[in-house]
Amino acid sequence: MANPLNFFGGFKLTFQHLSRPTVTTSYPKAKRPKQPRQHGRHVLNRYEDGMEKCIGCELCAGVCPVNCIYVRGLDNPPDHPVSPGERYGYIYEINYLRCIHCDLCVEACPTQAITESKMFEFSFTNRADAIYTKSELLVDDQGFPQRLPWEDWREGEAAMTGGWMRATSPNGDAAYEGVVQWTADLGAGVRAAEAGQSGVRDDEATGSKQLRNIFPKHFEPEDVPLQFRGLQGRLNEARAKMPTRRRKAKS
Amino acid sequence: MNWLAITDPLFDHGVDWAVIIIVVIKCLVGLGLLMTSVILMIWFERKAISDMQSRIGPQRWGPFGLLQTLADGLKLILKEDLIPSEADRTVFKLAPFLVLVPAIITFGLVPIGGEMTIAGHKVLLQIANPPMGILLLLAMSGISVYGVMLAGWSSGSKYPLLSSVRASAQMISYEAALGMTIVTVVLVTGSLSVHTIVTSQAHGIWHWNLIRLGVVPFVVFVIAITAELNRPPFDVVEAESELVGGFHTEYSSFRFAIFFLAEYMNTITMSAIIVTLFLGGPAGWAPNVAHLKWLFPIAWFLLKTIGFAFCYIWFRASLPRFRYDQLMDLGWKRLIPLSLGWMLIVAGFLIAKGWGFLMAALVLLAYSVLGRAFELGQTREVGADSVLPIVGGRPLPGEVLRSMTDEEGD
Repeated sequence: MANPLNFFGGFKLTFQHLSRPTVTTSYPKAKRPKQPRQHGRHVLNRYEDGMEKCIGCELCAGVCPVNCIYVRGLDNPPDHPVSPGERYGYIYEINYLRCIHCDLCVEACPTQAITESKMFEFSFTNRADAIYTKSELLVDDQGFPQRLPWEDWREGEAAMTGGWMRATSPNGDAAYEGVVQWTADLGAGVRAAEAGQSGVRDDEATGSKQLRNIFPKHFEPEDVPLQFRGLQGRLNEARAKMPTRRRKAKS
Repeated sequence: MNWLAITDPLFDHGVDWAVIIIVVIKCLVGLGLLMTSVILMIWFERKAISDMQSRIGPQRWGPFGLLQTLADGLKLILKEDLIPSEADRTVFKLAPFLVLVPAIITFGLVPIGGEMTIAGHKVLLQIANPPMGILLLLAMSGISVYGVMLAGWSSGSKYPLLSSVRASAQMISYEAALGMTIVTVVLVTGSLSVHTIVTSQAHGIWHWNLIRLGVVPFVVFVIAITAELNRPPFDVVEAESELVGGFHTEYSSFRFAIFFLAEYMNTITMSAIIVTLFLGGPAGWAPNVAHLKWLFPIAWFLLKTIGFAFCYIWFRASLPRFRYDQLMDLGWKRLIPLSLGWMLIVAGFLIAKGWGFLMAALVLLAYSVLGRAFELGQTREVGADSVLPIVGGRPLPGEVLRSMTDEEGD
């Protein structure tokens, strides 16, 4: 049974909350860091020599639960091949009105041709625009996804795109923990694998450090690390903001 | 015109143009103050409760979202005004005003400051000070029950009707405890006039009714008034997380806005009434300087009222909603005996100390009898052929299931 003397504990808790930082971010103005495994819009990758990875096998289209992918393969022209294999995808379309970003296509792809970026902030004014064609999905010569004019890319986000980001943790199999499953040859290059459940992780390498910095705001007060609590937390917050303010003042 | 001057020094020298103008100005200022404070109250509630829930709250319209209420009001006015085809049209249109008008009239009784002298007239900073002021307060809260009841009844739909029956039952049951505590205050003051109640508490914190009466009537009053206002944790009427809308489900547009307005008006008014009855109203320290002398009481009054408004918000953020039977249980079995007994004790002490202690002993005896009766009622045997279900708690689905399976096991 609950302690009847703790009746005022509820009042105390709500009162304490008055001075706690708010969890809500005013979204369009302030944006939270994305999850390291966030599924955004797809990219079609290239090899280092510029060859396309897609071989037009249509496995992605077959596995897609919502039938949003349409692929047609064609034999490579012998004089100037598009992909190193026999065939290449000459039509590749994804309908983003249907896509649920489950990343099963990424799992299914035998050549790591299709991966997902973290980009989710794009919108359309008609249905035809929602269908991304191959020319829009394909990465540029440096291996980074194209920044299409109607998409809202954040700074440094393109570098987070790559084959290292898989749909699920290495098949849920502990033996694959810490093992790099595949990487994009072009673009951001090899990135350290996520540690998974063992807890041995390099946050800087996997990009989740930023994310962990924002998390303490959601925790119970006793779980919040000291550097985010009370006056010290406020000071740290102000210190983190300082350089950007100075930069603004100069420019 | 002499009867007017009994309680209000404004009418000491009869009624002339200046007096009429002063009264009109008082009314307008009072109404303006009430409307402004309602807007600020709604903003304050939303902002404070979102702070308590680690949210941001209104922020888009005006500085700190101050104009959010105006925007909401504008939106409501511009919406289509629907009247259900089954509704009783006249009563349906009347009901919101039966809630709004008592809310405004009640505010007129509250003294928001001491006295002021305007153009040679002594003016009470109170819209009206009728000799039976406190009775008017009770009468008005009675009328607003009609507003709620008729709103649900005239909607021509069964859900608002059920909800309004619940609401009026709740308001009426708590009105008894409310009235009893007010009687305690009136007994000590010896007057029904609100102004006299305030001036009798003006000589320092030990004369406040909060302390003079013991804290019990104050606590009972706060609980009863919260239930009377249908505010959390007693908001089974609306229960916005469970029901569609309660008694005003069928209302839309401006008529809904009136209900909303009246609810918040009542919150402010009742905070002010609590301050008036128990915390000495505008009483408080004031410097002996000509103009500050009337400004300070107003500031004290506002400070206390805002404090109580915050308490209501705090209740809403902290307390889970009462179940309906718990609500009735608290009202009838606890608050009414408590306030009644306390009233008798206070009355006894007002005659003589001996009577007071005798009364206290009698009340304690009555409480123990009552407690035993409740206990017997709770633990009454319910046989297999008993028509009545268990008193004091309905069997939960799990218990029903368990009893069924047990029987099968045997």
